[in-house]
Amino acid sequence: MSKTPKIALIGNPNAGKSSLFNSLTGLNQKTGNFPGVTMEKLTGIWELEPKRPVEILDLPGIYSIYPKSIDEELVINILGDPKHPDFPDMAIVVADASNLKRNLLLFSQVRDLGIPTVLALNMIDVAESEGYVINSIKLARELNVEVAEVNAKKGIGLNGLKLSVIKTLQNRFASNDALPLPVSDEVIQEVQANFGEAEIYRSLLWLMEHDHMKMFDKKQRETFDAIKSKHHFSSKKYQSEETVKRYEQITEVVDRCVINLNRQWDAVPVRTWTDRLDKFFLHPVGGYVFFLAILFVMFQAVFTWATYPMDLIDGGVAALNDWLKGVLPDSALTALLTDGLIAGIGGVLIFIPQIAFLFLFISLLEETGYMSRVMFIMDKLMRRFGLNGKSVVPLISGVACAVPAIMSTRSIGSWKDRLITILVTPLMSCSARLPIYTVLIALVVPEKNTLFGLFNLQGVALFGLYLLGFFMALVSAWVMKIILQAKEKSYFIMELPTYKGPRFKHVAMTIFNSVNAFVFEAGKIIVAISIVLWVLASYGPGDEIAQSEAQIRLENPTLQGVGLQNKISADKLEHSYAGHFGHFVEPAIRPLGYDWKIGIALITSFAAREVFVGTMSTIYSMGGEVDDENATIKNRMRAEINPATGKPMYDAALGFSLLIFYAFAMQCMSTLATTYRETKSWKYPLIQFSYMTALAYLSAFAVYQWLS
Amino acid sequence: MANLADLKIGEKGEIVGFTDELLSLKLLEMGCLPGTEVVLTHLAPFGDPIAIRVSGSYTLSMRREEAETMLIKRT
Repeated sequence: MSKTPKIALIGNPNAGKSSLFNSLTGLNQKTGNFPGVTMEKLTGIWELEPKRPVEILDLPGIYSIYPKSIDEELVINILGDPKHPDFPDMAIVVADASNLKRNLLLFSQVRDLGIPTVLALNMIDVAESEGYVINSIKLARELNVEVAEVNAKKGIGLNGLKLSVIKTLQNRFASNDALPLPVSDEVIQEVQANFGEAEIYRSLLWLMEHDHMKMFDKKQRETFDAIKSKHHFSSKKYQSEETVKRYEQITEVVDRCVINLNRQWDAVPVRTWTDRLDKFFLHPVGGYVFFLAILFVMFQAVFTWATYPMDLIDGGVAALNDWLKGVLPDSALTALLTDGLIAGIGGVLIFIPQIAFLFLFISLLEETGYMSRVMFIMDKLMRRFGLNGKSVVPLISGVACAVPAIMSTRSIGSWKDRLITILVTPLMSCSARLPIYTVLIALVVPEKNTLFGLFNLQGVALFGLYLLGFFMALVSAWVMKIILQAKEKSYFIMELPTYKGPRFKHVAMTIFNSVNAFVFEAGKIIVAISIVLWVLASYGPGDEIAQSEAQIRLENPTLQGVGLQNKISADKLEHSYAGHFGHFVEPAIRPLGYDWKIGIALITSFAAREVFVGTMSTIYSMGGEVDDENATIKNRMRAEINPATGKPMYDAALGFSLLIFYAFAMQCMSTLATTYRETKSWKYPLIQFSYMTALAYLSAFAVYQWLS
Repeated sequence: MANLADLKIGEKGEIVGFTDELLSLKLLEMGCLPGTEVVLTHLAPFGDPIAIRVSGSYTLSMRREEAETMLIKRT
């Protein structure tokens, strides 16, 4: 058995590459209209013939083999290096037939690298509706490759593509020995003498792009630079002339293979749906109003629609716990199961509806192509704050999770803009903060009140917190823009893709994957910490806990029943390990209005902030009676009394102080790890952690002092 | 000589050349070759960025300062 052939999928952004990948492999993954989405390595198996699988590798969308940003460098690193583990046996270049010339530029570069290539012509229906008729048989002959007409979205034409691929894999590929634009033989000879025989274009590519290729070390780069200066070879000049030359050749080919029906009645421009929609979405006033409206609906949905399934889950978990406690013997193991494990799992499950709604909206915006319009209308505004239009995508994705959001900054060309975006993105309120917001808002913001009878006041408060995070991200970015000095130019040359109907299967998969990741990745941490916490809260140093019970009974001889139990369990908690931790940090957090119980939650949530609610439910389910009325975490916290004042503990001052703290604090190990990975330096995660924690502490302090 | 940023919405021009080498590389790859017809189709709020239709085939957005590096001839 020979090994499975590898086929790379290459194409312009929005040419339908990801759709074709889905149709071929049947494996589903996230796809979208803006750069960065296909950044992770995506592979799948395609059955070419029975028992003849090939491996398909989906590469990020690019316009040319010469990279202009970090995510584009990946492609040249794979295609330029035959020793790369992902170097393909052949390539399928997916081309948007309605924009043929621009798509053929990339095709011609890939072919010249000597990689056997099949051209998959996608969106022929769009081209025809615009009046272009393509003779693909003639095109195949002119380009000297197999050409397959496909409809990637509907999965039509895959058999033809199979045939083309089989033929290309069997036949020796006639590669192009001539360069599009000749260079002196000596240059190529010198490169090959130093770096080995290769396709001429590949050798030239090495010479021009060695700085962006990981296969070369410092010494080799110096050799390249020496060759360049010896022969006065300018990469930029060559690339520019090469591109013009390639377009000339492509234009000749396209003119012979494509008939333009529009040319006959020239004057009538086609007014497409995209034009009509853009009139509105890009309107100086209407565009912003619409964008804000979308965001507002999104948050109302997350807060109001999601409450119904959430109440069901909340009630279900509480009922299960009560039932278990009734059925199982009263032991430490039962307590661990109910108050530790199930309370922890319940704390994870309850956020599924909100996360699902959030990702529904985000993936719809990506899928339809609206997200790039948002970049367009926001660029000028964002630039004032040291960001750029492309920062909008990470910032909006940050509302879901900062980890993929920070990874999506790779499409930002300027290092300074990218760094600032990375540093401020975690200030956007991510879905892990949502649980905390939900619980605290429910405690301190009245539910019945509505603004103008239209809006749910709690929804407004939630929206306000998200806006606050966004506002703080802008302010921080502005400060960093002043501190970080870099004379580097950023650019914003970007295609505005046509609007497309969302592929609901992709939307569904996005939602499923996100919920899945939350439940299993975040969930693992939450459940583990819940159990550790339960242990820490149930046991204490020495025999303090046992003594405390005796002490309470001694001090309160008149107390009986539930009242006594409450006092005992509260006192036990105070004398447990967790209680000691809490007391240890209490002096530091007292000015913010927090007591040692919140101190416990703060400590545990420094690894992952979503642990807060789980911690609170563990702490309060131990400190209070468990009857049906008070079974949910919200009610337990509401019942908590401040021992100093005798009033409810969770008043407005404490509630808002905590909300602000969690809005700004950097409490996520995964995000810090991602920042490290993306900046390749510990300096930046450290800066990120310090400035956010300082911001959180000072703001929470200010809010508490002002409100109390 | 006029540049792309001088166009008003709906006005057409033909690309003549570029004044910034690095930006020109990107623009050339995106199909903005000398001789190509461009139409200004959208202005973002505050007139920046701008969006153009490139040879009737797709819409490209760029900042005003980037548009200034693209020299055009009004048609």
